[in-house]
Amino acid sequence: MSAEVIYDKASRVYPGNPGVRAVDQLSLEVPDGDFLVLVGPSGSGKSTALRMLAGLEDVNEGAIRIGDRDVTDLPPKDRDIAMVFQSYALYPHMTVADNMGFALKLRGFSAADIKKRVDEAATMLDLSRFLDRKPKALSGGQRQRVAMGRAIVREPSVFLMDEPLSNLDAKLRVETRANIAKLQQRLGTTTIYVTHDQVEAMTMGDRVAVLKDGVLQQCDAPRSLYEKPANSFVAGFIGSPAMNLATLPLSDGGVQLGDLVVPLPTAVRTAAAGLSEIVFGIRPESLRLVGEADEGFELVVELVEELGADAYLHGKVGDDRFVVRVDGRTPPRIGDNVRVALRGEGETHAFDPKTTLRLG
Amino acid sequence: MSTATATASPAATDTAPPPQRKTKRRYGPGTLTVATWIIAILFVFPLLWMILTAFKQENDAYTDPPKLFFSPTFDQISGVLNSGFLPYLGNSAFVTVISTLLVLLLGIPAAYALSLAPVKGTKNALGFFLSTKMLPIVAAIIPLYVISQNTNLLDTVWALIILYTAMNLPLAIWMMRSFFLEVPGEMIEAARIDGANLPTLLRKIIMPVVAPGIAATALICVIFSWTEFFYAVNLTAARAGTVPVFLVGFITSEGLYWAQLSAAALLASLPVMIVGWIAQNHLVRGLSMGAVK
Repeated sequence: MSAEVIYDKASRVYPGNPGVRAVDQLSLEVPDGDFLVLVGPSGSGKSTALRMLAGLEDVNEGAIRIGDRDVTDLPPKDRDIAMVFQSYALYPHMTVADNMGFALKLRGFSAADIKKRVDEAATMLDLSRFLDRKPKALSGGQRQRVAMGRAIVREPSVFLMDEPLSNLDAKLRVETRANIAKLQQRLGTTTIYVTHDQVEAMTMGDRVAVLKDGVLQQCDAPRSLYEKPANSFVAGFIGSPAMNLATLPLSDGGVQLGDLVVPLPTAVRTAAAGLSEIVFGIRPESLRLVGEADEGFELVVELVEELGADAYLHGKVGDDRFVVRVDGRTPPRIGDNVRVALRGEGETHAFDPKTTLRLG
Repeated sequence: MSTATATASPAATDTAPPPQRKTKRRYGPGTLTVATWIIAILFVFPLLWMILTAFKQENDAYTDPPKLFFSPTFDQISGVLNSGFLPYLGNSAFVTVISTLLVLLLGIPAAYALSLAPVKGTKNALGFFLSTKMLPIVAAIIPLYVISQNTNLLDTVWALIILYTAMNLPLAIWMMRSFFLEVPGEMIEAARIDGANLPTLLRKIIMPVVAPGIAATALICVIFSWTEFFYAVNLTAARAGTVPVFLVGFITSEGLYWAQLSAAALLASLPVMIVGWIAQNHLVRGLSMGAVK
């Protein structure tokens, strides 16, 4: 049944001179029953990594295992996986029931067994009324559920999902996001989920793997990823709006941010020994407005994004752009000079400007 | 219907005419409808005249001005049927059906390979197929005649079947390839994950989706084979002659028999019209109807 998934230094190299390493030495372990989200900007190799596990892309180096089976060279149908595609990829000439039962039919299940499993899945997905319809007579959300149902009836070792929500409208996406997470918990099937939407990544995954240029940057629980990004790329990618990142000179007490000297923890100072400057990171919500006389740095407000509960101030400190989260009820206006301070200690991040790795 | 809405809509938009609309409306929808009708009638007129003439007596067919009202007769049609039309019709049907089936049999795997399973030489192969259509058939007719004679295929339906298959195959492959290219890649991948091997994939997934395209291709092949004249007139005679060859028989040294020729032409075009009418529903149905998104 459900099984763990292991990428063992798996690479996908597209031919060329030199070859393009779409996925480079990917090593990942997904425990049995886990929900892993692969996230990254476009071209990061996240879809390719998923398709390598599905058997739709060759694995040129390394290996991929599902449970104790080495599936590196197996055809897709022998890998015991089910996949949900971004386009849903339903069979247009078949009814919903036939779409869902197609894989079982090919595997020689009896008509009664197929009907039982399809009915079960249809009930789970609220599709029972539509079993006799063709895909073209369904709404986008219903088609998405049929694609899910087609995966569920298989009872595979692993679910693979390739941006399954990106064709839905915003409201339906939020709803379906919750439903998929619930369904996965209920079925307990190992799931690998690809998305470029970091909100999906943070809310759905037990763990999130961040990829960039085919290379794994960090794989961790969403909260750890948010609180302790392993490098400046992850720091900037996870979180919305993004973390403020600025290359700042090191001084005796810490880093110089405008008029403010931000103290750095001892661990960071030790790690930064020998560096003249660091990449300093702080999230918009770790900053606050303070009074004229208080300690802080000056920010000229260039843009105010009002979101209702919160507002985000965009502005410049020296040459660096900063975003500050403020109370949405009384935001400053564009052109105002505001004084900004840190909310608390221990909410700062520091990265090596050369290696981009986290310091301390 | 359309004229009624056409005259109503300009009045409604008259209050605030956007400058761009103005030029468009000079030839408003009403004028366009009329123009469409005129062009349509011009195109269909010969056909209508042929049908009309087919039911006339020979002397009514020659009057000047032409007679629009006359007592219709089946004399010409029965005359054509009695003058040995049926064997020609049989030849045409046999040649058309067999060559079209052959085209599909050879063309579908080729179109699949050239679209969904391309290799290095695919582009060259496609170019080669098309290049075979570039030689005017007149240039090849003498060698073809000699070959047919040496292989004892002269005046047999098999010579025509081979030539029509070869003639239609490149076009059919190109046409069907474009339909195969529209099959969503993710749907094929989904089927492969579901456990379909190549034969199952072709039979259960790809063929049903491209069926309208294949129907359209088959119809084109049928029309081309049915109306082909040049090969038929050069390579066949009494034994394997097809309908177009039969039609020429009405152009005699004593002159044209208009009514009889029209009757024969009507009978000759009837099968294609029927096939086209049947295939119409398949043709208009869009490809891959809602497969994606």
